Amino acid sequence: MIKIENLHKSYPMGKDSLHVLKGLNLHIKEGEFVSIMGSSGSGKSTLLNIVGLLDVHDEGNYYLNGQLIENLDEKKAAVLRNKFLGFVFQSFNLITYKTALENVALPLYYKGVGRKERQKTALEYLEKVGLKDWAGHLPSELSGGQKQRVAIARALVTQPKVVLADEPTGALDSTTSNSVMEMLKEINREGMTVFVITHEEEIAEETDRIVRLKDGVIISDELTNKKATV
Amino acid sequence: MKLFDRDLWREVFSTLTKNITRTILTTLGVLFAVIILIMLLGTTNGMKNGFDKLFKGTATNSIFVWGQSTGKPYKGFERGRRVKYTFDDIKLLKENIKEIESISPRIQLGNYEGVSVVTRKGQSSGSSVYGDFPSIDDFAKKNLEEGRFLNQNDIENSRKICVIGDDVYKLLYKKEENAIGTYIEINGVYFQVVGVYRKNKNVSFDGQNTVHIPFTTYQKAFNSGNRIGWMAITVKSKYDAGIVLAKIKKLLKLKHDIHPKDTRGIGSFNLSEIFSGINAFTMVLQGFSFFIGIFTLLAGVIAISNILLITVKERTKEIGIRRALGATPKMIKRQIILEAIVLTVFSGLLGFVISVAGLSYLDSKFGDGTDFPFLNPSVSFTQLIVSFTLMLLLSLLVGLIPARKAVKMKPIEALREE
Repeated sequence: MIKIENLHKSYPMGKDSLHVLKGLNLHIKEGEFVSIMGSSGSGKSTLLNIVGLLDVHDEGNYYLNGQLIENLDEKKAAVLRNKFLGFVFQSFNLITYKTALENVALPLYYKGVGRKERQKTALEYLEKVGLKDWAGHLPSELSGGQKQRVAIARALVTQPKVVLADEPTGALDSTTSNSVMEMLKEINREGMTVFVITHEEEIAEETDRIVRLKDGVIISDELTNKKATV
Repeated sequence: MKLFDRDLWREVFSTLTKNITRTILTTLGVLFAVIILIMLLGTTNGMKNGFDKLFKGTATNSIFVWGQSTGKPYKGFERGRRVKYTFDDIKLLKENIKEIESISPRIQLGNYEGVSVVTRKGQSSGSSVYGDFPSIDDFAKKNLEEGRFLNQNDIENSRKICVIGDDVYKLLYKKEENAIGTYIEINGVYFQVVGVYRKNKNVSFDGQNTVHIPFTTYQKAFNSGNRIGWMAITVKSKYDAGIVLAKIKKLLKLKHDIHPKDTRGIGSFNLSEIFSGINAFTMVLQGFSFFIGIFTLLAGVIAISNILLITVKERTKEIGIRRALGATPKMIKRQIILEAIVLTVFSGLLGFVISVAGLSYLDSKFGDGTDFPFLNPSVSFTQLIVSFTLMLLLSLLVGLIPARKAVKMKPIEALREE
């Protein structure tokens, strides 16, 4: 599903440039539940941005769903993001003046889905995350956990190939963190490829495979015990 | 995706109604600009209409020529010789100057600006007495209160009738006395009154203290023979009256042995000059109003652009989210431009409504044009369409600036924004 070969990325910093990713190789197959672990500055966010087509790499190859990503302009990137990727952010990134339902329906709008069908599908996904009764509420009327569930529903609504979660529990307490992780696991059980970025060991432990990143290189890539024992 | 996509409009309206105070304040600039533009155009139109009404019934492309004393000796004649015209001169002008449409000669009892005694039943008035052709009425239409003006029949039969002005009537008649059919006496000759005219709201050359009698009657009654006093000449509308006047003068000077450089021998008055002056005045006023209006509008639309720039800055993160969710730059741009257009059009239409209402109020208050030249102040449909189109184009242009800014930032940077 995601295949990365010798990926490099550096950012210009004044005269010098900061080499963030130094030749990564990673292969994530369909249906995997992977976490990227690393402290801040390890390059994990950069990796997610490149995988999420929010940023472009300098060197190497990136295949998404078997398609080589190159010469990406904003329009193409937007279409691919809409089609293949669902995002879950640490700070939820819901649009504040839109209701939960409208937020979930937004990616479908950009996909060009008709209004009625959009409402229907969005409501289905809200139901799936247990927030059907909250459909008409604004994000400000929801708790942190509820907001993240709305965000997950929004990530799923276009039936993407991969869900990218950037510190999905970073802004949540441990109880709600667990429920969010349960939800991601549930999604994964249904066959969705889930790609989580975190710096919390407990969260990473919940996933099937942990890729550890340090200073722009992969230092380990192993299956968790849980997966190994199953 | 279409422009008339209901959801796109919903998006636009939900963002615009999000901060309603700011939206309203933003639109005020354009609102006032449109009001200024339309009011200016409307009032200058009102002035133009007022002037047009003032000159209605007046042949604007006309000139008047009369004889004066010569200012230079020439061909054995001394200076100070009185130039007198006859019907031969009219014939000469008509034959030689094809730009002339018509010539109406007039002859006056007494000298130029002379006053004759007109009497009736012991009352008398000092009035101007003219021998006229019916066509003189084309130059400055008389506002007939009763009866009629001279007609061709009067000329052919040299009827002893006359048309009198209001002032003559007041001097010779009692209040509410019927003048039609009565007789007045001029230099021992009796004339039957067939018409009385009053001062009108248009341009009037003759005043009201005048008596008009048929030219042919005048010739017989006062034995004036072939002489004429002065001539009113209309020039065909496609020619310039000033040039034609120069030709006429040249021809008449040659005929009457006046020195070519003598400026006094032939008196003339070019009415079209006055009209073109006033026309130029109203045109300049209209152009100036449009100019001011458009620049005010530009300022208003730029204010909208400015506010949108600020909102785009504030919405950086939101725009980042939208793009992460699959909005292409084009979709984002379209939304911002549409916001600019909606703001402009909304405030513009409101401005149109307010200013048109204001104009109709002005119209009802001062629009009858009796006291000063101001009539039916309104804007034409063309002016409305032009202003509206211009406004739309401007909003489209200024919408582009914030729209470009909105997509300039990479989505990842936009998402990081707090």
